[in-house]
Amino acid sequence: MRHILTAAVLVVIVTVIVAFILINANLLPTVASQEGMIIDNLLTLHLLVIAFLFALIVVFMTYSIVVFRRKPGEEGDGKYIHGNTKLEIVWTLLPLATVLYFASLGASSLYEITKPLDNELKIGVVGFQWAWRFDYYGPDGKVAFSSNELYLPKDRPVRLDITSTDVIHSFWVPEFRVKQDAVPGQRHPLRITPTQLGEFKVRCAEICGRGHAVMYATARVLEPSEFQSWYEQQLASSQEEGGDIVAMGAKVAQKYGCIGCHSTDGSPMAGPTWKGLFGKEETLADGRTITVDEEYIRRSILDPGADIVKGFANIMPNTYKDQISDEELEALIAYIKSLK
Amino acid sequence: MQTFFSLGLVRGLIGQIVGTALGIALVTLLRAVMGKEPVWSPEPAVSFGALVGVAGFMIGVGAVTDWVKWMKGEETPFHHGPPEGKPAWTRYFGTDYSHKVIGIQYGVTSIVVIIIAGILALIFRTELAQPGIQFLDPHGFNTVMSTHGIAMIAGILLGVAAMMNYLVPLMIGASDMAFPRLNAFAFWINVPGLLLVIASLFTGGWDTGWTAYPPLSTRAPLGMLLVLLGVYVIGLSSILGALNILVTVFTMRAPGMTLFRMPIFVWASVATSIIALTATQLIGLSFIMVVAERVFKMYFFTPILSEGAKELGSPPGNAILFQHLFWFYSHPAVYVFVLPGLGIISELLPVFARKPLFGYKWVAMSSLGIALVGFLVWGHHMFTAGMEEHLRVPMMYSTLLVAVPTGVKFFSWVATLWEGKLTFPTPMLFILGAISVFLIGGLSGPPNGTVSTDLFLHDTYWIVGHFHATMFGGFVFPFFAAIYYWFPKVTGRMYNEKLGKLHFWLMTPGFWLQSLAQMQVGLKGMRRRIADYDPGLGITTGQILITIAGFIIAFSILIMVYNLIVSLRRGEVAAPNPWNSLSPEWQIPSPVPEVSYAQPFVVVDEPYAYGRPGATYIRFAPAGASDHKPTKSPSQEV
Repeated sequence: MRHILTAAVLVVIVTVIVAFILINANLLPTVASQEGMIIDNLLTLHLLVIAFLFALIVVFMTYSIVVFRRKPGEEGDGKYIHGNTKLEIVWTLLPLATVLYFASLGASSLYEITKPLDNELKIGVVGFQWAWRFDYYGPDGKVAFSSNELYLPKDRPVRLDITSTDVIHSFWVPEFRVKQDAVPGQRHPLRITPTQLGEFKVRCAEICGRGHAVMYATARVLEPSEFQSWYEQQLASSQEEGGDIVAMGAKVAQKYGCIGCHSTDGSPMAGPTWKGLFGKEETLADGRTITVDEEYIRRSILDPGADIVKGFANIMPNTYKDQISDEELEALIAYIKSLK
Repeated sequence: MQTFFSLGLVRGLIGQIVGTALGIALVTLLRAVMGKEPVWSPEPAVSFGALVGVAGFMIGVGAVTDWVKWMKGEETPFHHGPPEGKPAWTRYFGTDYSHKVIGIQYGVTSIVVIIIAGILALIFRTELAQPGIQFLDPHGFNTVMSTHGIAMIAGILLGVAAMMNYLVPLMIGASDMAFPRLNAFAFWINVPGLLLVIASLFTGGWDTGWTAYPPLSTRAPLGMLLVLLGVYVIGLSSILGALNILVTVFTMRAPGMTLFRMPIFVWASVATSIIALTATQLIGLSFIMVVAERVFKMYFFTPILSEGAKELGSPPGNAILFQHLFWFYSHPAVYVFVLPGLGIISELLPVFARKPLFGYKWVAMSSLGIALVGFLVWGHHMFTAGMEEHLRVPMMYSTLLVAVPTGVKFFSWVATLWEGKLTFPTPMLFILGAISVFLIGGLSGPPNGTVSTDLFLHDTYWIVGHFHATMFGGFVFPFFAAIYYWFPKVTGRMYNEKLGKLHFWLMTPGFWLQSLAQMQVGLKGMRRRIADYDPGLGITTGQILITIAGFIIAFSILIMVYNLIVSLRRGEVAAPNPWNSLSPEWQIPSPVPEVSYAQPFVVVDEPYAYGRPGATYIRFAPAGASDHKPTKSPSQEV
């Protein structure tokens, strides 16, 4: 009995210490959505129970190892104890009650983070190898324009309808916590209410081939008024008829997600930047040097593996030749040429 | 040289090469005759070639020879001992029907496969130690990472089969397994299957992770096809092996061994075999459907409809369907991996605590409980997948229920230790290490089982940490404990205790570090299966620690291999019962004679009566009672 009491006191002490460490260790990234806060609360509760169970098993085990070890010269066996049915029933029923309680918490929090809300902003999300496209709807309920960056208004519930055009991807922003797979041929909703302004990274969480690790997109949370003006501006420019070939090329670059990997401002991304690309001398992975001309750009789009620039991995899909029209290709080349 | 070419393994390999070539040639010839363009079409040719190659291996190794003879009406007398006129070691490299030989074949193959898979892990962990692409391009990374996963799973299945094959007949007093020829077949079919998986590294690789989700797996290079077929073949081994274990346990126990007097490891083997026998088909089915999609353009999973299919009103392919089929096996498979290991923990604790197993019946039933509940939880791998939303909550309830029987095991282990007289030779250290590591794995489970928190944790390194802890605690540590514990039984010699302890003291802290670091970077936002990571997450230190810990674990396993090889030749001759165990296999000489029990035994008491003076579990039947048939079930005997 003395042993049990000592161990019980130790369990309490260890529980407090482990719980203190887990709660204060700054384990999670900042939380930036309403749904994330609900998830964090439940996770904290989980951590507290983990701290207790960890202490329970580790203390009793360590105590046994230290106190009930065979001392030098000691003979004979341990106590002939078979078991204790009452104890077995207790440690079956108590965990059962605990897990049922946690499951009910899981169910109610799931309802909280997935229930439809009034005033939801609908955005289409399309994942493809290896970039994201975000479709914004016009007042007529049809897709009005697309962007390779996800713009969100702060504090407004957003419903993302997520799909894919090729393999399975998964939409995840760690700061928003929730994630949803993008499945080809299906659309699945994900609800987010951003609570913090700023820039976050969309990261693909389901392996999708060579470019999986760098399948990023930027998510920007803006003040509702800023968002509104961005939205109206995009809406207006999308309704302009025609436009010149360079403007069309810019849209092509968005449509196929080119700018998911190629920056237009010189910043480093998974592929070479397009800024100042045309006319530049490039050293290739196999040591050749090449001057970037129209022919080179065309070849790099249709057969990306042919000339890999030194320092970059061969990860660009070779499927664009089946998707892109001749007209779009010419416009894209004109757009790249225009980025001085 | 002549001996070399008489080895079953060598003949099998030749058979596989010849078979593969024949299969490829036949398909290509048929295409040429039928005027198909292009004549050389790798997918159908290689898949048919791979299957013929497997058949070629099985014929070459001699695993089907007796069955062919039966068909021809020839006698096949049962041969005991090494093959006539050849050195004794050759029996380990060919078809042999003794469960002890097959157990060792499984065990050695398991360690070899685990080492190969471990080396693959070290390769990509080195790449991940620093952000940026160092020496592995993303496709190479994906190939190595995916092959690490599937090879480890194969290695674990082999290790599980090793323990069950060697120990179950010995523990229940059976002369051998119920179907010795099937047993040999089930072992050998792993070898061509594993070769297909390894060959994938050199045939374009593959990039899906071990789960092989379509549509990615329908587009991956040729290596993918070999993996799908290899796993299919390895799965066949699981099914046949499980069938054999169940029949053996149910019909060949010694007289007096009622179900609740079986050693607890036998209970674990039964629970495992029930899962393996009934669920493995589903992974085979799902993989074969991907092969059919690739080779025959049958779009089960990719939402593509041909004009003809549209006219017939066929629904488009559904990527989620694959995940249901796949996880219906692959979640229970987790319990195939860990239940035998947990059985080893329960089996060895009483010996080293010198106390009966606390709550024997509860522990036995908890294995069955985990096995049965395990069939209803597969959806927790798909909480974010986009499966029917109304399935998420029931799958969460069933998933969390697994914690209850698992808790019973933990509490019973701790209660077994309580007020014991503990000693700490290497096997006991690994058992305690196993409990500590499985505790990390177990406690990190419920947050993933709860849907809302899993929406955050799914597909992160937290999950990687979680399942590595369950696999190490539930299989690797107990497997190593079993190897050290039964090494004197198998070889008649003792391993080196100092090296054994060194192995433990390197591996256990190494693993704690690896596991906790994996979980920490996962919570910070590190995703699974990425060839490179964003240093902006602040996880670079964690990554270096994981890599260092990985190398420490690998080094410690090298020490074990060295220890085993040296002790096999030069170890001290072991005492007949070095652990003072009551279990029947320790009451006969070591190494176990060709016929394990010259005298059959009768079970007279509970299995773990440690602590009661004069306790005994079995009594050998008095001389002259040799007409006693231990192969009948106890109900007929007693």
